[in-house]
Amino acid sequence: MLLLPAFVYICLFSYAPLYGLQIAFKDFYGSLGILGSPWVGFKHFSDFFSGFYFWRTFGNTIILSAYSLAINFPVPIILALMLNELKSARYKKFAQTALYAPHFISVVVMVGILHTMFSPSIGVVNTALEALGRERVYFMALPRLFRAMYVLSGTWQEMGWAAVIYIAALAGVDPALHESARIDGASRLQRIIHINLPCISTTIILLLILSIGGLINVGYEKIYLMQNEVNLEVSEVISTLVYKRGIINNRVSFSTAVGLFNNVVNLALLVSANFIAGRLSRESLF
Amino acid sequence: MRLRETKGDAVSYGVINALVVFLLAMVLYPIIYVISCSVSSPDLVASGKILFFPRGVNLMGYRRVFQDPAIMSGYANTLFYTVAGTAINLAVTVPAGYAMARKGLPGGRVITLLFLFTMYFSGGMVPLFMLIKNLRLYNTRWALLLLGAFSMYNCIICRSFFASVPRELTEAAEIDGCNPIRAFVQVVLPVSQALLGVMTLYFAVGHWNSYFNAMMYTSDQAIQPLQLVLRKILVLEQEQTAMMQAASDEYLAEQSKLRELIKYSVIVVSSLPVMVLYPFLQRYFVKGVMIGSVKG
Repeated sequence: MLLLPAFVYICLFSYAPLYGLQIAFKDFYGSLGILGSPWVGFKHFSDFFSGFYFWRTFGNTIILSAYSLAINFPVPIILALMLNELKSARYKKFAQTALYAPHFISVVVMVGILHTMFSPSIGVVNTALEALGRERVYFMALPRLFRAMYVLSGTWQEMGWAAVIYIAALAGVDPALHESARIDGASRLQRIIHINLPCISTTIILLLILSIGGLINVGYEKIYLMQNEVNLEVSEVISTLVYKRGIINNRVSFSTAVGLFNNVVNLALLVSANFIAGRLSRESLF
Repeated sequence: MRLRETKGDAVSYGVINALVVFLLAMVLYPIIYVISCSVSSPDLVASGKILFFPRGVNLMGYRRVFQDPAIMSGYANTLFYTVAGTAINLAVTVPAGYAMARKGLPGGRVITLLFLFTMYFSGGMVPLFMLIKNLRLYNTRWALLLLGAFSMYNCIICRSFFASVPRELTEAAEIDGCNPIRAFVQVVLPVSQALLGVMTLYFAVGHWNSYFNAMMYTSDQAIQPLQLVLRKILVLEQEQTAMMQAASDEYLAEQSKLRELIKYSVIVVSSLPVMVLYPFLQRYFVKGVMIGSVKG
């Protein structure tokens, strides 16, 4: 009984759409309905794979994810290790609270802040650049800067929040370990590397699996807002393509196929990441 | 035993401290900058003269924001979606988490797998969109309230939490002739305030900040939430709002300055509720992160 509402929900909004997935293998005509539309096999998939946009879109998705992972995964760990060393409990608390404030800002506002602060005419960043004798840069429109803007604004917004879980894990480290290491003459850095880091390695591996599993799921809500005509060559990712083709341009079957490809890759990544981690350290998600 | 700090340790402590201060400055500066701009004079804002402290303090931006019918209607809609949506979220997700945590649920293993599967594989954007259209939910408030009513991720957090609630609690109630649902509502929920706090916060912040669903499933501005209005002002920079359309020629230059100012004011107004509330709720959500990690 308690499960019923949730059960109805997943049947309706999670499993019913799976039925709709068949249009990825059909040419969908609204008048014929899902069942009546003719089967075309893998036509839409091969259209996508052989199309001009495939490598660009797929590549952008992976590159953005990989950059995000490379920077936004280790930064919170380092941050947590640093915060953990602070002696004043009050200061530590304040720093923590302040650092995860940006987590609560919406994507729209986040991108809005980027637009205003990096505006070529009045943005404070460009004012600073000019004061340093540099030229003003149109940050939001230059394709070569898009990836950095995307990844680093993510760092700004999420590092404090992502550090919370590591800080919690660090609180469980046995102080006796540090005590004895200090007696043996270990420096602070040595203790961080040889005691704190191994103690939270379980948490790190677990979160790494989750991140790798989600490698193909980039933050398309933010990317969509950061997109413009000029940076499309680096900012178009699979999900934004699905949205634009499927919802806006109404190429229903093609987009469903692209979305399905995305989900299959995602599932494969997750399962293999979990398998590898299970082999390496018996840290498995299931 | 107390050990004296070595010289090397003092140096590394200094370096760590400096780095933390640097990061704090990086994170806090944009927030302070936006707030400062929002209360400064439009001329100074539009010419990029504000660097840190507000100058020419006035509340013109805020006055404009509160007079704007589009922003106000968005604000009212967002309040509605947040309150009603969160209530639905809680009613659907929390009981499901409890049911999954209880052993002896008939078919429990199958149901759990059925639920877990949805976390890893979905029909995708387009089939869901077609479904919403077929259910005649497109461009209704229900689309935004019902989509995401259940969250598997949060359900797992609930399950981990309820698994730690002692069985004896409900057993005693059930021996006294209480049915399981009543036991859940009257015995388990009252001791689950921490969980309810976390869930409310997660769901409410999600509703408050989301824009993508609203962009996909609504077209009528009268039911659109604040984030979509913000998108027009901040990202698309459309002169969408009524007061700007009403501007006559001689005010045009003035209006474009005001438009810059309004961006900052509207950022503050829209983010304020969450930013003010979260420090008070943080002991709850830090706990939430912990509960979630137990599952791993």
